[in-house]
Amino acid sequence: MVLQVPVRVRVNGVAIERSVEPRLLLSDFLRHELLLTGTHVGCEHGVCGACTILLDGEAVRSCLMFAAQVAGHEVMTVEGLAPGGEDALHPLQQAFRDAHGLQCGFCTPGILMTLVPFLRDTPDPSDDDIRHALSGNLCRCTGYQHIVDAVRLAATKARAQGDA
Amino acid sequence: MKPPAFAYFAPREVEEALALLAEHGEDARPLAGGQSLIPVLNFRLARPAVLVDLNAIESLAGIGERGGSLHIGAMVRQREVERSPLAARVPLLAETLPHVAHPQIRNRGTMGGSLAHADPAAELPAVAVTLGARLHLRSTSGARDLGAREFFSGLFSTALAPGELLVGMTFPFPAPRSGTAFEEVARRHGDFALMGAAAWVQLDDQGRCTDARLTFVNPGAGAESATQSVAALLGQAPDAAAIRAASESGAAELMITGDMHASPAYRRHLARVLAERVLTRACTRARTPSGT
Amino acid sequence: MTTRTFGERIRRIEDPRLLTGGALFVDDVQLPDMLHVAFVRSPFAHARIRAIHVDAARQHPGVAAVYTADDLGALWKAGPVLVAPPPIPGHVFNARTQFMLARHTVRYVGEVVAIVVASSRYVAEDAAELVELDAEPLPAVVRLERALAADAPLVHDDLPSNVAAHVVQTRGDYAAARETADVLIRRRFRYDRGASAAIENRGVVAQWDPRQRELTVWDTTQAPIPVRNAIAASLGLPESQVRVIAPFIGGGFGPKIMFYPDEILIPWIAMQLGRPVKWIEDRSENFVGTTQEREQLHDAELAISRDGIIVGVRDHFLHDTGAYDPYGLTVPINTQCTLLGPYRVPHYESEFTAVFTHKTIVTPVRGAGRQHGVFVMERLLDFAAAELGLSPVEIRRRNYIPPDAFPYDNEILYQDSAPLVYDSGNYAAALDKAIELLDYDNFVHTEQPRLRAVGRHVGIGIVSYVEGTGIGPYEGARVRVETDGSVTVATGVGTQGQGHFTTFAQLVADQLGVEVAAVRVVTGDTREMNWGTGTFASRGAVVAGSACHSAAVAVREKVLRLAADIFEAAPEDLVLDEGRVHVRGSPSRSMPLAQLAARANPLRGAVRPGTQPGLEATSYFGPERGSTASGVHAMILEVDPDTAMVQILRYLVVHDCGRVINPLIVDGQIHGGVALGIGNAFYEELAYSDEGQLMSASFMDYLLPTALDVPPLETAHIETPSPLNPLGVKGVGEAGAIPVGALFAQAIDDALRDFGVETCEIPLSPSRLFAALERSREGAT
Repeated sequence: MVLQVPVRVRVNGVAIERSVEPRLLLSDFLRHELLLTGTHVGCEHGVCGACTILLDGEAVRSCLMFAAQVAGHEVMTVEGLAPGGEDALHPLQQAFRDAHGLQCGFCTPGILMTLVPFLRDTPDPSDDDIRHALSGNLCRCTGYQHIVDAVRLAATKARAQGDA
Repeated sequence: MKPPAFAYFAPREVEEALALLAEHGEDARPLAGGQSLIPVLNFRLARPAVLVDLNAIESLAGIGERGGSLHIGAMVRQREVERSPLAARVPLLAETLPHVAHPQIRNRGTMGGSLAHADPAAELPAVAVTLGARLHLRSTSGARDLGAREFFSGLFSTALAPGELLVGMTFPFPAPRSGTAFEEVARRHGDFALMGAAAWVQLDDQGRCTDARLTFVNPGAGAESATQSVAALLGQAPDAAAIRAASESGAAELMITGDMHASPAYRRHLARVLAERVLTRACTRARTPSGT
Repeated sequence: MTTRTFGERIRRIEDPRLLTGGALFVDDVQLPDMLHVAFVRSPFAHARIRAIHVDAARQHPGVAAVYTADDLGALWKAGPVLVAPPPIPGHVFNARTQFMLARHTVRYVGEVVAIVVASSRYVAEDAAELVELDAEPLPAVVRLERALAADAPLVHDDLPSNVAAHVVQTRGDYAAARETADVLIRRRFRYDRGASAAIENRGVVAQWDPRQRELTVWDTTQAPIPVRNAIAASLGLPESQVRVIAPFIGGGFGPKIMFYPDEILIPWIAMQLGRPVKWIEDRSENFVGTTQEREQLHDAELAISRDGIIVGVRDHFLHDTGAYDPYGLTVPINTQCTLLGPYRVPHYESEFTAVFTHKTIVTPVRGAGRQHGVFVMERLLDFAAAELGLSPVEIRRRNYIPPDAFPYDNEILYQDSAPLVYDSGNYAAALDKAIELLDYDNFVHTEQPRLRAVGRHVGIGIVSYVEGTGIGPYEGARVRVETDGSVTVATGVGTQGQGHFTTFAQLVADQLGVEVAAVRVVTGDTREMNWGTGTFASRGAVVAGSACHSAAVAVREKVLRLAADIFEAAPEDLVLDEGRVHVRGSPSRSMPLAQLAARANPLRGAVRPGTQPGLEATSYFGPERGSTASGVHAMILEVDPDTAMVQILRYLVVHDCGRVINPLIVDGQIHGGVALGIGNAFYEELAYSDEGQLMSASFMDYLLPTALDVPPLETAHIETPSPLNPLGVKGVGEAGAIPVGALFAQAIDDALRDFGVETCEIPLSPSRLFAALERSREGAT
């Protein structure tokens, strides 16, 4: 039978222990084993960015990793951004809503997970910085303008809060 | 687009990895960052029976100064090099890395993986060749070092023997009065280049060029044959006319193929334009007292 | 006071679910004991199938079933023609639709020949590799120009040629009129389109419940009700036993309106095996299996007077429909009609031949052939302007249909079989606004010369277009006040990110005096709404929106009538606001909607004869014909002639979609369309080899524009309300995408004026631009 390998990993702060087939993609593990279906799959060759998650705090494509490889690491998915749920959105999520930074919403979780470390490292981004940061995530609906607006809004609000 | 089945090992020591590669021979592939290999597996264009995952080997993951040069472990992430103050002392690396795909890929993609994959369209092999990097190889039967130009041997092809692993690389810190530059033209930022060029120029204290290298990215050949010393510049203070002549001969000598994104004529034209741009910038930088 | 929300920038109510990962997409459906499907697809563009060997696959561990055409029994038949051609006199239409599975012949790379059902998608793909297709490859017809050659291989060998359709529409007498023209402008144009490339691929999940005798299907379709009807008909079930749910959909852009064999096969397999079955298309499959739009080749002539007044247009074109033509003539007729644009064209002769090729099927993709027509007309005007010494702005202005000429009859038929009559518009006003916002004259007279003097190749473009939107036949909506005071709205259209949840909620909230957030909108579930057609042709807000409005008006009347009884007041003295009804001037005589909803459903006692329970109403809306949206797009770009790379510096859209329900959402729709248009113009290309293999079948080669490729987007609106619906609205979904190719070409030619480049082909690319520059450099020496 298929050889299984053990995976012990923290996902959104929760310790998980599972046994997986080595070839199981991290994206499929998150979606279909852990039922964290907020991480979406668009191309499975690392271009569209819809499946982006945080591995130890940095954005990576979950379709270009095997589940077996996250053993001993920290994973965060979009579900971890707002533990309080829809009524307690993460400031970045709130900014996306305020600026209409999403349409079909399919690429959105990957974009959010790309932007969380970006704004951590670049708290006062120019529009050009934002567009560079977004350039590894494809969105077919928005034309990106409202996403750029949302990121700028989130950064401005975060800085205002920091100053207060 | 699901990968075919394989046996999976995640050793913690290099020796263990080498033993596994020796044991499984041609059936085994080392797995570094996986940013090139895993798409290939997802498309089922490759089906290794065994993957030896190098990601848990801590000894391959360090950046440091070694013998007056920059040493980078094979499993160092591209993003880490991009952010490293030490690596910033090799300016061509810092200038080139932002062109390698996107941050999400560079967070995972490794320096060693990119060189060992030897994609002719990748930027890092050209940088390694241009700078004369030394590559450190190990196998169960020993260790050896190769110059980057000897390491690459064609499209997706290197001097790595079966069971041999690239464990690290050394980039020389720039000498005084040297300069480098990189530029590429890609359909979109982060894509593989339609054409790219990297240049290194060494001047003497009279401002005359004593050595120079020019390497192209993605002409259709491997980095080893896409690099050339720039004879037209040697022995003189490189002016615009000399640089233009060097660029024209550099582009003319290039082996070029076309694809759906760029005709051979367009590629060759870009090679000339980019060669001129990077040689000009490299010479300017070599003349600037702060160096490159 | 509950403010009226029509016209306000209301934040979307669907967003929290989407932003937290809580929204259900088709691939998120997880059912116990579920099986997974992988398709075996033809690697050949054209081949005769000798045999399909499936034994090894069937024996593979984890495989539940393998099917080929031979296993389908009576299910094996050709699919329907989804859109009948309009009754244009003399038209030819050879309907050829795809069978459930290819049996004897494969006609494009990616056509499905076998189905593997297994315990996981991984195992299904393993076993799919074990299926052996024994087929004899045959010569393929790939290039549009070759399709009608006498020796061209036939896509359907029961037809005498590869002609799929031939249509002529005329207005006036072009042949006579051209003799009176001062100038004739004649060119050949090639316009190629690409993949819709929604980030979510297609997918179908089906579950058969033998005890309820009910089939439930989750489907990424834009048209859940027609899909439900087709499944029921194919599987021999009454429609009420089939429930199709189109949950959140990750982008549609047209091809998800198509009806695909898998939408019947997956439910059929679920019934055969008695287990839930999931098929999720992967990106490789999407590139070959999901429908596309592709090439047209136009030979066009503009007859024009010396003072720049259009005498007439003649256009003969070829249209590539791919291997089958299930979507009728929608795309080429859109081209034929949209070419006329906002201009008076007294004499028009348009003839097209749609041809079969050995490539993936062509059906509408956002814009749906309108791009092609706009490209031809706008380019002809550009070339005429240059010849006559007029500015691109002036030649357009001189030919606009004036604002007092509506309704304006173009005297040909549109794709919806109705006459092509424009309902309203004010084209010059949009042009003026664009010129003002872009500071067009300053750019042309000051900025551009200044930049050119320092060697920068900047160009400006400005184009006009109209778009027939909001066509019939009809949509419905049911509005109900719940006993908790919230309001539920159900419509039959699917929604793929257009903000329907919010837009429809706004329309209903405005009538019922509740907060938008108190309105729950259900779309795309056939259990909730039994009648409707789907989301296509920029019609959601127009047709379904009007139905929502009408249903809400009817519920409002019920609310007021009931409250009038309770308060013994006249309905016109009642105020409906903040979720309550009160008597005007007497706020204490008041009752919340929740309580009224309960009162509307008495559980004991007698009611007046004819009383209907509940505060609920269902309405339908069917426009007599589509409403005409229009706009002006303008851009400034820069070309680096050394590298042939292009950067767009500014992009402005002035759009008229009638009255705007939610400007935030409308702007978003326009932005997205423009981005798709930019992709079409410069980045995306479905490149086929001579053997019919798609060379650009991944996101590494099929280049969607990124945030660095789409410039900052500016929008402005003018409003000419449509007289054809109660809201005065027009569609906006496709608007952004339509004129981009024409605009890009004009701006490129302007930027490269010194080189004499004349762009007659889209998509461009750096490589093609380089070739054009080289031709001009060679011509100069």
